Order: sequence, then C-alpha cells, then structure tokens
Amino acid sequence: MELIQPFLNSADAVLAQGLESSVAIENLTMDEEAYRRKGIAAEVCLTGDIEGRIIFDAGEKTAACFASHLAGAELASTDDLVREAVCELANQVIGNAVTVLNDQGFHFRVHPPTIHTSEQGAKSSEDTEAVVLCFSTERGKVYMNVALRYHHCSLEHAAAGR
Amino acid sequence: MEQFAPVKRSGDNQPVRYLIVDDSVFARKNLAKMVESFGGQVVGEAGDGVTAITEYDRLTPDIVLMDITMPQMEGIEAAEKIVGQHPGARIVMVSSVGYQENIVAALQRGARHFVQKPVKPEVLYEIIKYVMRDDQATPQTAGAGAGA
Repeated sequence: MELIQPFLNSADAVLAQGLESSVAIENLTMDEEAYRRKGIAAEVCLTGDIEGRIIFDAGEKTAACFASHLAGAELASTDDLVREAVCELANQVIGNAVTVLNDQGFHFRVHPPTIHTSEQGAKSSEDTEAVVLCFSTERGKVYMNVALRYHHCSLEHAAAGR
Repeated sequence: MEQFAPVKRSGDNQPVRYLIVDDSVFARKNLAKMVESFGGQVVGEAGDGVTAITEYDRLTPDIVLMDITMPQMEGIEAAEKIVGQHPGARIVMVSSVGYQENIVAALQRGARHFVQKPVKPEVLYEIIKYVMRDDQATPQTAGAGAGA
C-alpha cells in the first residue's frame, strides 16, 4: 500500500487541476483476474528500486471529453490527439507519484508512455501488487492498473535513503 | 486562456522565440498555446533530444522548453550538449518528474530553471520573465501581468 498511496494522491491532484473537476476515489481493488482495458489506455513502465508498469485507462467517450477540455477544442475519440492526451495525463500522474517516491529514497527510471493496445494486463502474483484504482470525475471515470514489485537488490539501499 | 502582458526581447522589441521539446504532441501544443498567450513565437518543435540539438543549431531560439523523459536522448543530456555548444542558451526543463536529484542534475548541466507538469500558465510566465531578465525583457503593458 505504501507504493500505491503516492499514485492516489497524484491522480487526485493532477486530474483535479487538469480537468478542473472534483475527483473521488470510487474503488480500489486487488486485481485477481487479468486487467481488461476499458477504452484508450496508456502504459508507463518503471525500472529501478521498484519495477513494474501502470496502465492509465479511460473509456473512449471519457477520453475524448478529457482531451477536448485540455485542448480547448472539441475532439473526436478517433483523433490521434485523444491518445496523446491520455498518454500525457498518464505521464503527469505517474511522474508526480514517482517524484514523491524518489524523494522518499527509492530510485526509479520512468519510461515514456506508450499506447496500451492489448485487451488484458497483468494480474497480481506473489511478488507483484496489481491494484486497480477507479477515480470518478465530473467528466467520466479513470482507471489505473498499478502492478509493481520491489527490486530486491535495491531494498536496503532505498531503506537507508529514507 | 488567461491573457498576459507580452514579454518581448529588449534589444529589438520582437516576440521571444521558443523551441518546444517534448515527445508528446499534445504537451507541445499546450505549451505552444501558453507561450503564445505570453506574446511569444514558437519557431520550432522537437520530439526528442537529438532533434532538439539540431533544431537549436538551426534556429537559435531565445528559450528552449525541454521535457526530460524522451526517447533517443533525454532532456538533461540534450540540455548539456546545447549549453556546451551555446553557453548563452536559456533552457527551462518542463517535466512531470520533479524529484530533487533530477532538478539538481538539470541545473548543474546548464538548465536555467525547472517547472513541474502539470504546468500552471502563471508559474511558467513568471519563470519566462525571470529567465529573460538578462535580456532586460519587460512586460509591454503595465497592470496586465500574471493573475491579471
């Protein structure tokens, strides 16, 4: 859970600012089954003291609504800019969370977001926490599938840094 | 979008010329809209650090807005190379990843400032004015600055 909290806080802050909307955490569940993509999704990989990937996902209509608001112009869900907007929102939410975790002593490298086209994502395993977070905004719902695990060799270093 | 008093170059009173570097087209468009609201002119865009270097050589902009996490070459390395070739280059790092170590590394390698995404226009405006101070740039219209 200590890994998840910064993502909750960051999503809350970034979505509220970017979408000019109230944000509520609707649901937080351990993903026992493989994650199913809801619409337009971006994937960001992390490597370092903690490794894994995060999928940032919104239904097509919601994603178009987000992108239109951010761009200040009406965009269709088929517009490439909508995919770009989802990637950029993912980048901001995850980047801000990683900032907090780095300042706590963990060291990561964040890779550029890519469009997640697969229908399914990873589920929880023995060493990987896969959690699905659902945020409700006035412009629609956002889902984050966070699958992270500690990189065991780096744990002592991270703990010493805190 | 909020209107700001134009920041112009003191020497010739022309708009400040920007190079925007970000692998996200969406982020580049948003930053372009922001700097245009400051009275600036976007003279070029790049999606990675390697292109940023060649575009800087070609365009010699007044300010570079540079992302950090990008494919091919990351922003901090590109900033270091640009400043190595052009010591007067004004580079402002714009990234969602703003931990202390990253900020220090960017500043040590020649960046003038750092702003964390999501970017607030009024914050970027103040940074632009600060970074352009050695050009003695001043707002052209009194009383219409950030937050006006």
